[in-house]
Amino acid sequence: MAVAFWILAVVSVAAGIAVFVVDSMARATFALLASLLAVGLAFLLIDLEYLGVLIILMMVMEMLVMAVFMIMYMMNPAGLMPMKMVHNHRAAMIISAAVFVLLVAGIFLTSWPPRGGEPPADPTHQLGLAVMGPKMLVMMVIGVAILATMISTVVLATHRGRYARYGDDLERKRPLDPGEES
Amino acid sequence: MPLEAFLVLAAALFSVGLYGALSQQSIVMLMMGLELMINGLIVAGGAFWYFLAPGSADGQVLVLVAVTVMALEMAMGFAVVTALFRAREVDMTDDARDLKG
Repeated sequence: MAVAFWILAVVSVAAGIAVFVVDSMARATFALLASLLAVGLAFLLIDLEYLGVLIILMMVMEMLVMAVFMIMYMMNPAGLMPMKMVHNHRAAMIISAAVFVLLVAGIFLTSWPPRGGEPPADPTHQLGLAVMGPKMLVMMVIGVAILATMISTVVLATHRGRYARYGDDLERKRPLDPGEES
Repeated sequence: MPLEAFLVLAAALFSVGLYGALSQQSIVMLMMGLELMINGLIVAGGAFWYFLAPGSADGQVLVLVAVTVMALEMAMGFAVVTALFRAREVDMTDDARDLKG
């Protein structure tokens, strides 16, 4: 089990680093997928079968959708030139290394409390009872957030139609013709 | 395989994501960094549930929220990039610094 965890941990972090190293944004998406899948598999080691499988299924779909968008905005189609598109590389390295050291120091210096209770026989059952009972507010907020995201993504991403042609304050005398830029 | 091992994995994923979020010029690559950071939070949430408080479902609910946030972040991010690209043909953070103080 420990061996499996360390293999998954190394795969996950290595794939995470690969996201920012590989030469194509499509490859970066699949590297991120590998990192997420390793995390999902690691969840199977700590009895979280439902959440592990949920992460795996959800992230496979999410990354496939993401790959389409990545190809849409790809800066380096077909890997024709080396992809180097970073700014502030040095400061970002220093900051993230410092954050890592700080977090690891915190992890080992904190005296963690003893384990409260034992894992239930079926953690999925426990989660189901929680989200349909005392934690229902969380689920309701998630539901509203998903709805709000669906509406706002459509609003943001649609082509500006005739209602946009009068300008932001609807004060343009003559509406712009379709396709005409303001 | 103690709690610390899981938390170190979480910290490593978070830091790699932070590097990406700070350094990438392309907005969509910046979002990959944010996804990696949330990935770290998911690992930490699951580990806290299993090693510290398996008696209550709080950790599992937290993971559920983080997974949802991950999906919503991606959807909103791509919508914003699409809107920005439609308006200005811009997909780089350096060209979208209107709010820089």
